[in-house]
Amino acid sequence: MMAMGAVGLVAVILIGGLLVLGLWFLMTYNVLVGLRNQVKNAWAQIDVQLKRRHDLIPNIVETVKGYAKHERETFDAVVKARSAAVQASGVAAQAKAEGELSGVLSRLMAVAEAYPELKANQNFLSLQEELSSTENKIAFSRQAYNDQVMMYNTKIQMVPSNIVAGFGGFTAMDLFELKEQAQREAPSVKF
Amino acid sequence: MWNAIRQNRIKSAILIIVMGMLLLVLGAVIGGSITGARDGILGGLFLAGLVWFFLTVIAVLEGKNILLSLSGAREVSHDDAPQFYNIVEEMRIAAALPATPKVFIVESRAPNAFAVGTPGNAAVAVTTGLLSILSRDELQGVVAHEIGHIKNQDSRFMTIAGIMLGVIVIVADVYTRSMFYGGMGQRRSSSSGRDGGGNQLQIILFVVAIVLAILAPILANLLYLACSRSREYLADASSAVFTRYPEGLASALEKISRSTVPLESATRVTAPMYIINPLNKACGNEAFSLFSTHPPTEERIRILRGMASGAGFNDYNNAYGKVKGGTVINGSDLRSAEELELRGIKRSEPVDRVTQTRDANDILLRASKFSFIDCACGLRIKVPPMFAAKSVKCPRCGELHQL
Repeated sequence: MMAMGAVGLVAVILIGGLLVLGLWFLMTYNVLVGLRNQVKNAWAQIDVQLKRRHDLIPNIVETVKGYAKHERETFDAVVKARSAAVQASGVAAQAKAEGELSGVLSRLMAVAEAYPELKANQNFLSLQEELSSTENKIAFSRQAYNDQVMMYNTKIQMVPSNIVAGFGGFTAMDLFELKEQAQREAPSVKF
Repeated sequence: MWNAIRQNRIKSAILIIVMGMLLLVLGAVIGGSITGARDGILGGLFLAGLVWFFLTVIAVLEGKNILLSLSGAREVSHDDAPQFYNIVEEMRIAAALPATPKVFIVESRAPNAFAVGTPGNAAVAVTTGLLSILSRDELQGVVAHEIGHIKNQDSRFMTIAGIMLGVIVIVADVYTRSMFYGGMGQRRSSSSGRDGGGNQLQIILFVVAIVLAILAPILANLLYLACSRSREYLADASSAVFTRYPEGLASALEKISRSTVPLESATRVTAPMYIINPLNKACGNEAFSLFSTHPPTEERIRILRGMASGAGFNDYNNAYGKVKGGTVINGSDLRSAEELELRGIKRSEPVDRVTQTRDANDILLRASKFSFIDCACGLRIKVPPMFAAKSVKCPRCGELHQL
């Protein structure tokens, strides 16, 4: 009789332990899913801003062309970089293409600095503010995205949760590294 | 940041309960002192409980709108104020808020700003005075500070607390005034039919009621203010985290504190919402005490400028320690705070106050549906929406413009 009681007790403890483990597993899985979705969300934010920049560019190019007819080279570079960025897909590829586009765009804006009538044009000024704000938004959404990626990557690497991550197929995600191309290529303004 | 938000929720609950108790006790004692019997006490308790319930419901549902209209704020759209609206959107992204706060402008020469609401349903407001003196980076720092308040749920806390404090003040005020003007006669007549015991209780209750009516507003105020100050530091820290540029907020605070124009629409209750205490302005010098809603501005600026190594919460905490000693941000927030690099100082256009003041007022005109015509002579004609004629003559050069 005593032996039966002891076995029963051990069985209860084991089952209880398994239940707790199972629960922890489930909770951690849900936390990982939540973090991964937040990363995807944050990426969607960046995507919105990148697309917005793509949409602003044709307008800006046309406005500048109206005053600076002879900057053919710069306009072509902008259009080319834009279509490359539109077609790129995947975090790493997009980061590269968007970095190049940023560089070319700052060359275009540097060119615009040389034309005072352009700088006084209301349309151009509001486009410039929109572009500048969109670039800021890209920077901030990139900040938020990278923060989220760091949280997610850390969680799937830390010791108890990495077990769940392995089972659930959670892999590390890429940071969005937008290299400031502008710093490498000095803008060349032709007079 | 999550620890701060959780602490906020706990503090909100405690504050509501304590203030509620205060209100109930006040009501019970006042009720008892008026009628002198137990059902007077119960009646007062019941009434106070009812008022408390209504208050909380109103504060939670409509508090944001009440405070907005108290301040005379007008909503503006992206087309009315593109740069300011863009800045709010940028900070919303940096703070990862679920929705963009609504954007409001208050017409006042006093530079100030405030925020109300919860992350999903918020509003940010600045005065035209603020828009006229700050550069884009400084404005961004101020907006980031306000959005920090929203993200940390300070606004909900302040909304609920502000309205509660207001009612305690009103109830105490009404009671003391009615006692002063007509209470004596009432007491005598209601106690004429009672025995000596009831009379005594009534007198005791009366004294307690008067004392409470004087102390309760002060107590509630102290509670409110102590919490208000530590939130300001946290919002400053959040601003640095979002913008990665604490210098922006620091120089904005400097410019704002230099102005001595008082904000007309601010009262004791709404004062804590603003970025800098809008009262005390006329004196110039800020007298800091337990009764201040905000920490001294100079101290806030020194802490922000002391963040030399990075833009994260630990950097703010270190700077705070150097200026004041101790810490302001707690354990679990620090552990999860990463190393955040400071943004480099960007060259920005110098601020032209005249142009910016004009632009700030134009925003309000645009929001009121004025139409703008740029005449060839350089004048910008601002036509009111009710203008009936088909054409308008330029006041400077006389050229006729068709409408």
